[in-house]
Amino acid sequence: MGKLFYIDNVVRIKNRSIYNNQELLFRSELDIAEIDLFFKEAYQFLQLSYPKFFKMDRMSKLGILATEILFNKEKQDINTALVFSNNYSSIDTDKIHQNSIDQIVSPSVFVYTLPNIVLGEISIKHQLQGENVFFISEGFDAQMIADYTDVLLSTGKAENVVCGWIDLKNAEYDVFLCLITRKGEMRFTHKNLEQLYYFDNE
Amino acid sequence: MSDLRTELKVSIIEQLNLEELSVEDIENDEPLFGDGVGLDSIDALELIVLLEKDYGIKLTDPQQGKDIFVSINKMAEFIEVHRTK
Amino acid sequence: MNKGIAVTGMGIISSIGRNQEETYKALISGKNGLSFIENFTTKHTELPAGEVKITNKELLASLKINPTQPYTRVSLLGIIAAKEAITNAQLSKEELSNCGFISGTSVGGMDATEKYYSDFENGVNTQFIKAQHPGFTTNQIANYLDIKGKIATISTACSSAANAIMLGCRMIESGKLKRVIVGGSDALTKFTLNGFNSLMILSNQPCKPFDDDRKGLNLGEGAAYLVLEADDIIGNKKVLGRVKGYGNANDSFHQTASSPEGEGAYLAMKKALKSAGLDHDQIDYIHAHGTATRNNDLSESTAIHRVFGNKLPEFSSTKGYTGHTLAAAGGIQAVMNLLMLENQEVFPNLNFEHSMKETGFYPVIIKKQKNLNYILSNSFGFGGNCTSLIFGKDED
Repeated sequence: MGKLFYIDNVVRIKNRSIYNNQELLFRSELDIAEIDLFFKEAYQFLQLSYPKFFKMDRMSKLGILATEILFNKEKQDINTALVFSNNYSSIDTDKIHQNSIDQIVSPSVFVYTLPNIVLGEISIKHQLQGENVFFISEGFDAQMIADYTDVLLSTGKAENVVCGWIDLKNAEYDVFLCLITRKGEMRFTHKNLEQLYYFDNE
Repeated sequence: MSDLRTELKVSIIEQLNLEELSVEDIENDEPLFGDGVGLDSIDALELIVLLEKDYGIKLTDPQQGKDIFVSINKMAEFIEVHRTK
Repeated sequence: MNKGIAVTGMGIISSIGRNQEETYKALISGKNGLSFIENFTTKHTELPAGEVKITNKELLASLKINPTQPYTRVSLLGIIAAKEAITNAQLSKEELSNCGFISGTSVGGMDATEKYYSDFENGVNTQFIKAQHPGFTTNQIANYLDIKGKIATISTACSSAANAIMLGCRMIESGKLKRVIVGGSDALTKFTLNGFNSLMILSNQPCKPFDDDRKGLNLGEGAAYLVLEADDIIGNKKVLGRVKGYGNANDSFHQTASSPEGEGAYLAMKKALKSAGLDHDQIDYIHAHGTATRNNDLSESTAIHRVFGNKLPEFSSTKGYTGHTLAAAGGIQAVMNLLMLENQEVFPNLNFEHSMKETGFYPVIIKKQKNLNYILSNSFGFGGNCTSLIFGKDED
């Protein structure tokens, strides 16, 4: 051990607002319930040109928006790992699928009834072939996420890691993703990760 | 006749979430799975659902889709023959 | 070569057996566990599935659990398998108190949710609402068995249990844990059955992995767990085998389909070999993911060919026995791998008749004795999540 890693970039998406390194990047004036319109506004704000976005479920859209900011238009190392977690799994999409079970089921809804599909969508868009894992926990477990990320970086299994929390239930989203690299200013520790997560932007 | 084609385009754009396309953007003979409209394998499955839901046609083999979903024209021709709704 | 992490116990339940012994008997006699679904009402009565022929009521009774307690099928199957693993490893209450538990599931408590959903509005059976949560399921299993160490839930589709095993190994290697129970559990549900049906990848016949005429997969259910222990605490316990290496990669091609070149699978297998310190020609047998879908089997075969070239080891898929047990698959395969290593025999690929035109590959079709040192085991999940594990004997 003894190697140092750094929190290079942080994105927070919560309550119609997007923060990058604790600075407000974008805020929507829409009603909080207009979640799909919020995603569309954010997509346009970030000047994304990726039609597949509109076929994705909400979790995947959140992941794509967040990583677009984290990666900042730079090509990422193919061996970038993704270590995500949340509480509600894919419940937003699960409900939609569940409601159609006795009639005609939509395959394009069903494919998103797993929380790790967002990892697949990010990997496809950014051509990442590194490791990925998705944990389910009641709250953000900074220690577990930091430990796992540290192992991947220390053993050379990943060049960089995107880690954090991406949760969604009843149109309420909470996204906290960090890009952990081998160069930077803020030391990557579970305490720093926890503090960043709990940093109140309001 | 042309109503069915327009109807299909409207349905496809809505069902498949083709947000950035309008009815005018899709040519009747354009390959749906090519670069333009750019549908993929999950979209093909959704088109099978659309055939059943809107036109009462049930396909049992996803491979059949390869011939039917080539273009709006081919889809319309197939529906005109086989529709039960 | 990597010494690997010791496996000191294992447990398994699936449609071919309620424990190791029944499972082994079925495997060597070629007896599959496919049937038609009886545990819940479905319009898909024509689809073969690997259903565990024990009702929830019977599971609850055998575990002496009050039926009003929110134990869902996934947690009940999980308890049975994890309990067998604990007994097999002869873990004491004290050892369990600092033992970790990492479990993978895709369904969580969905079997109860879909049964009681309409009850919830009337305030009935509401104790099952929280049981939907996959993490809750893991906690139920741990609480019942008095496992008191660090608990984690992994949800990466069909590679979940394999990823749990990989994570457990990593935690022991890095010194963060000394002892951990790893694996996964999944149950058949309308949710999954109807969903897979909409993807048109289910077969209405017993599945035919790697066969040119394969028409799709059969769903299955089950649970399987391994007890992993650090070398310095094993003491006199019997070591059943070792996890020698592991690898995970993203295919980055499509949400559910695998790339034609099998890139994710290829990378995962290469990484596993590297982490085990093995050359590809040291692998004696591949336990394939082999779901029998048109897409997976071709993609996986292509990836295998890319790794092994002309030195293709013997291989088979056991999904013709159990069906595809989704998140539990990697764990179920792991237990079977250790049974193969112990008995020095490989289990056959059922229902095989014709090689795939594209590859000409021929799996093992009859159970046979074989000198086995290293087994490579594949588990590939939706979302492009590809994991390969390598199992080996315990060598002194």
